[in-house]
Amino acid sequence: MNIRHRRRTVVTASALLATSLTLAACSGGEDTDSGSGSDTGSDSDAGSSIGTDPDTFEVLTANENPTLRDQLDALAANQCSAENDALPLEHRTIAQGDTVQQITLLASQGALPSHFIAGTDQVRPTGDLGGSELVLDYQEAFTESGAWENVLPAAASTIESVYGQMVSMPYQYNLEGFWYNKEILAELGLEEPQSYDELVSAAEAAAEAGYIPIAQAGADGWPLTRLMGLYIFRNAGPDAMAAVRDGEASLTDPEYVAGAQALQDLALGGALGEGYISRTGDQATAALLSGQALMKYDGTWLLSAVNDPERNEVGEENIGFMPFPAVSGGAGSADQYPANAGAAMAINPETYGPLTADWFACIAENYGQQALSDAGVLSGFAVNGDVGDIPAATADIQERMSSIDETVLWFEALLDSESNSLASTNVSLLVNGDMSAEEYMTQLQDSIDSNR
Amino acid sequence: MSRVFGDKKTILILLLPTLSIYVLLKVIPVAWSLGLSFFQGNTLRGFEFVGLDNFREFAGDSAALNSVWVSVSFAVIVTVAQVTFGYLLALLYVFVLRRGSAFVRTAVFFPMVLPTVAVALLFKSLIAVGENQGPVNDAINAFGGESIEFLASTAGTMTIAVIMTLWSSMGFYAVLLYTGLLDIPEEVVESARMDGATGPRLVGYIIIPLSLPILLSSIIFSLNATLKVFDSLLALNNGGPGTTTAPLTLYMYRTAFEYAEYGYGSTIALALTLLCLVFTLVVFRPSSKRVED
Repeated sequence: MNIRHRRRTVVTASALLATSLTLAACSGGEDTDSGSGSDTGSDSDAGSSIGTDPDTFEVLTANENPTLRDQLDALAANQCSAENDALPLEHRTIAQGDTVQQITLLASQGALPSHFIAGTDQVRPTGDLGGSELVLDYQEAFTESGAWENVLPAAASTIESVYGQMVSMPYQYNLEGFWYNKEILAELGLEEPQSYDELVSAAEAAAEAGYIPIAQAGADGWPLTRLMGLYIFRNAGPDAMAAVRDGEASLTDPEYVAGAQALQDLALGGALGEGYISRTGDQATAALLSGQALMKYDGTWLLSAVNDPERNEVGEENIGFMPFPAVSGGAGSADQYPANAGAAMAINPETYGPLTADWFACIAENYGQQALSDAGVLSGFAVNGDVGDIPAATADIQERMSSIDETVLWFEALLDSESNSLASTNVSLLVNGDMSAEEYMTQLQDSIDSNR
Repeated sequence: MSRVFGDKKTILILLLPTLSIYVLLKVIPVAWSLGLSFFQGNTLRGFEFVGLDNFREFAGDSAALNSVWVSVSFAVIVTVAQVTFGYLLALLYVFVLRRGSAFVRTAVFFPMVLPTVAVALLFKSLIAVGENQGPVNDAINAFGGESIEFLASTAGTMTIAVIMTLWSSMGFYAVLLYTGLLDIPEEVVESARMDGATGPRLVGYIIIPLSLPILLSSIIFSLNATLKVFDSLLALNNGGPGTTTAPLTLYMYRTAFEYAEYGYGSTIALALTLLCLVFTLVVFRPSSKRVED
């Protein structure tokens, strides 16, 4: 009985182990050699082409970015029709959250498309793609072909700051700040806030009047860390996060902890309204554009929604834009707008042949005008040609962009991907008071230190 | 014929094709994953042999240990609840509703066929708060209470996750245990009744001991399923707030696929496998002996 029992136990346990192992086995992999097939290198002629053209101009974008696909389709049908005839445009999409996984897999199989979305960390010189020369630093190639003139210097500078090299096409060039409802502000008898204290007072007044003071999308994480980051930039100066990256400052220093504390105070004081932790980006935008909210901190990519009469119920003329205000006694200034160039859109050097190079040259020359006239979207490309009457909000942003001397990045821009994720996930604990400002910053700094 | 099947060579020849497919599809990938846990890196950067470093890192990794705690506590709470409620439902089917239980069985089983992500989204909309809040907070407001953002706290998220899992899987365990109860001979139950055993005494002394094997199988099924919970917690609150409701599977996914650290991801997968094995043996070993005795 005992022997039979023991044997049955062993057999059952072995079967369960095999099943569990199979179910739990999550990853396979291939030898790294298969992925480093780029022998084109960056030391080739670097003229207008350095690789071999594929059969189609394949572009891999995020599901969440239909604007880019629409604009490329429009170019393929019009300004770039000759390029499209020679090398037809073909779209592929992935969920933005799966980018690192999918691109790692494609790159290791030597199957990267001509033009693809990539993770910020991946395309940096020290990243998996940047370090393996699997992304084209296109400045030299574009300069030779003349396409470089179409890349705005400010956008190029932002890309250089974020990625460390010119490896992302500037389909977006965004400023960030507070979008606000001019009518509600007037109703409250207030002017545009010029300091952080005035901003908090305006939020309190809006809450008392029954409006959502600042409609932030807590479900996404980053809309909350942006507020904290901007407080830090205004308080500690524009180089605050570069100093953390370089080890010259720590997030546990008082001026950084003050940023986390300011965000927590703002949230616990009711400035973000009810249900902000599970509020999505679309809900937050709808709250602003339907007149329920006074403000929303967001990027200038919101212009397409502001300019859309179907979405903007309060009217384009009633939506204003202002920078994150100055913090009294701080080293930063409200003139230092945060700027970004959207998710990285890299070029595959292996497929950068003559026809592909023509496609990119055409995009660089025409995208700025196409996106602005068709979708009211500003990009990092020069606007060549007439775009007709542009909406007032778009014109306002354009004017601000042209007058900016200095920009800052955003809180997570220089963090490694693990710390970046931690900043977003832990922020909900900070704002609901489950984690103190010191604890939040200490955990984050520990993560940064362990990933150096 | 018995001579043929008694020959070891014949057995080997007959088993070989199936065994080859099993080795190819099951053993090799698992062994590959196991091997990866001794390496660091990914398919692009390359792999570097690091010996037991990944295991040492796991032992000192507070995020990993927190995920182990989340997985274990979720598994224990949900297993106890879903087997208990499943068993109570099965008793209801057999002893109260009897042949008229078909509709109730179908109704309770129905959520089992829904995708877990859809169930998570459904529960999210039920408990939504703010501008477009759901019926739960509407009801709280109707009774004069203030809206509660359940997903803003760890306890709230875990409570919703447990209720959601129970709602969707309780019917499965009820049907599983129901089939076990049907196997109990009617005459045994009748004899017990004639001896004066009714209600809780009948269940405690006759029904539970006779349905113990299926009850133990249910507990093992439930533990193994809930220890590997992934999609429902991901869809409900992305393992949040923070990472306080992130189970080991979610940590493994993030490590391997978001941070592209396949070696450490495999180490976490191995830890999860061992956890499943330990729980299975803890339930199976002593209880199977008791059942056989």
